[in-house]
Amino acid sequence: MDLSFIGTMFLRILGGLPLTLNLWGLSLLGGAILALGLNLLRTTRVGDKVASAYVFVFRGTPLLIQIFMIYFGLAGFGFIRHSVLWPFLREPYWCGLLALVLNDAAYTSEILRGGLRAVPRGAVEAGRVSGMSRFTILRRITLPLAIRQALPAYSSEVISMLKATALVSTITLMDMTGIARAAISETWRAVEILLSAAAIYLALSLIVTQLSVWIERRLSPWQFQRTNR
Amino acid sequence: MEDLALLGFGPDGWGKVLVQAGLMTLAVSVAAFVVGLALGTLIAWGRVSGGGMARALAHGYTAVMRGVPEILVIYLFYFGGRQVVTAVGTALGFPGPFDISGFMAGMLAIGLISGANQAEVLRGAWQAVPKGTIEAGRVVGMSRFTLFRRVIAPQALVTALPGLGNQWQSVIKESALVSVTGLVETMRQVSVAAGTTQEHFLFYAAGAAIYLAITTLSDQLFRLAERHSLRGHQQGGM
Repeated sequence: MDLSFIGTMFLRILGGLPLTLNLWGLSLLGGAILALGLNLLRTTRVGDKVASAYVFVFRGTPLLIQIFMIYFGLAGFGFIRHSVLWPFLREPYWCGLLALVLNDAAYTSEILRGGLRAVPRGAVEAGRVSGMSRFTILRRITLPLAIRQALPAYSSEVISMLKATALVSTITLMDMTGIARAAISETWRAVEILLSAAAIYLALSLIVTQLSVWIERRLSPWQFQRTNR
Repeated sequence: MEDLALLGFGPDGWGKVLVQAGLMTLAVSVAAFVVGLALGTLIAWGRVSGGGMARALAHGYTAVMRGVPEILVIYLFYFGGRQVVTAVGTALGFPGPFDISGFMAGMLAIGLISGANQAEVLRGAWQAVPKGTIEAGRVVGMSRFTLFRRVIAPQALVTALPGLGNQWQSVIKESALVSVTGLVETMRQVSVAAGTTQEHFLFYAAGAAIYLAITTLSDQLFRLAERHSLRGHQQGGM
C-alpha cells in the first residue's frame, strides 16, 4: 500500500468533515425537536393516530427512498415549485437535511416514548401537588427522567445518524462519502480511499460511544458508586 | 387516473417489473440475513466461550461494523472486490476484465454488517440460557455440538427471536443501498421508472409502498413465529 497516497486522500476526505458534522448536528437537533412534538401530539386521541402513522411510514421505508422522494419527487408538484419553500427545496442540501430530520424524528420519538413510559407516576404527582405548572413538570421532572432512561438507546441513534449522513452523497452533496466516491472514479483505487473514509467515521462514532458512557455516569452517579465500592 | 395506469400491468404499466424488483429485494435481503446469521452465531460463540484473542477480535469487529456507514462497506465490496478479483485473476494469468456482481457485493456487505448486529442479539440470548440445562446435557454425555444443537440453540433462539426480527427489518431497509451497484432491486427499478416517465413522486411512493408491504408482512410472520416458539411456556406478567 502506498502511504503517501493514503495520506493525500485522508486529507482530501477530511475536507468533507464540516458538511458531515453540519448535517449530523442539525438533523439531530431538528429530529429531537420534532420527536418531542410527536410525543406531545400523542396525548390526544387523533394525534396519537397521526404520530403512529408517521412513525410507521418513516421507520418502515429506507432512508434512501425518503431522500429521493423529497429531492426528485417534490419538484413534480406545481404548487411546491411556486411556493416560498422552493428556493430551499431546490437545493440538495436542504432536501437532504429535511429527509434526515424527518427520518431521525421517527426513530427518536420512539426512543423518547420508551423513556417517557418509564417515568414513575408518583414523581409527576409529587410535582403537581407542590404546585408546578404542566410545563414546569415537563421541564423539571418528566424530561430529565425520561432522557436519562432513553440515553443508551439514543446514543445508538446518534451513531446511526452519523452513518445516515453518508447517504446524502447520492444527491450530489460533497460530504466525506461524496468526496470519497468522486476520488474513486478519478483514481480507481477504491480500497485505500474507502478505508481512509471509514477510519474517520469510525473515530467519530467511537467518540460518541465514549461520550455517552461518560454522560450516563454523570447523570446517575449513585449507580456507579455502588458498583465501584 | 392516467398516472395510475403506469403502475398497472397493462402494456404501459410498470407493474410487472416492480413486482420482480420487489422479489429481488426479498432475495438479496434473505441471502444477506442468512450470511449475517451464520456470522453472528460465530461471533457470539467467540464472545461467549472463546479465549481472550477470540473475544478481542469479535469485539473489534462489532465496533468497526457499527461505526462505519453501510454504503461505504457496499462500495468497498463492489469496487474493492473488483480490485481484489482483478489482482488475483491477473496474478493467476487469466485474461481480464474481471467483475463482481452487485448481488454478491450487496449480499456480502449487508451480511457482514448484519452479522455484527445479530451477534449482539444472539450473545444476549445465549447468556440467558439457564446453566442447569447445559449441565444436564453434559451429564447425559452430549458432545459439544449436540449440546449446542439440542439444548443451547433451541432455547437461545426463542429469546433472540424479537431481536432478530428487528435485524431483519434493518436488512430490508439496508438492501435499498445495494442499488448503488446497479443491481435491479426495488430502489433501482423505481429510480429507472421515475427517470423514464418523469413521474418521480408517483414511483418513489410506489417503491415506499413495496418496502412497507415487505416490512409489515414479515413483521407479522415474526410475531407468529414468536407466538409459536412460546407455546407451552408460562406467560410472564404481560
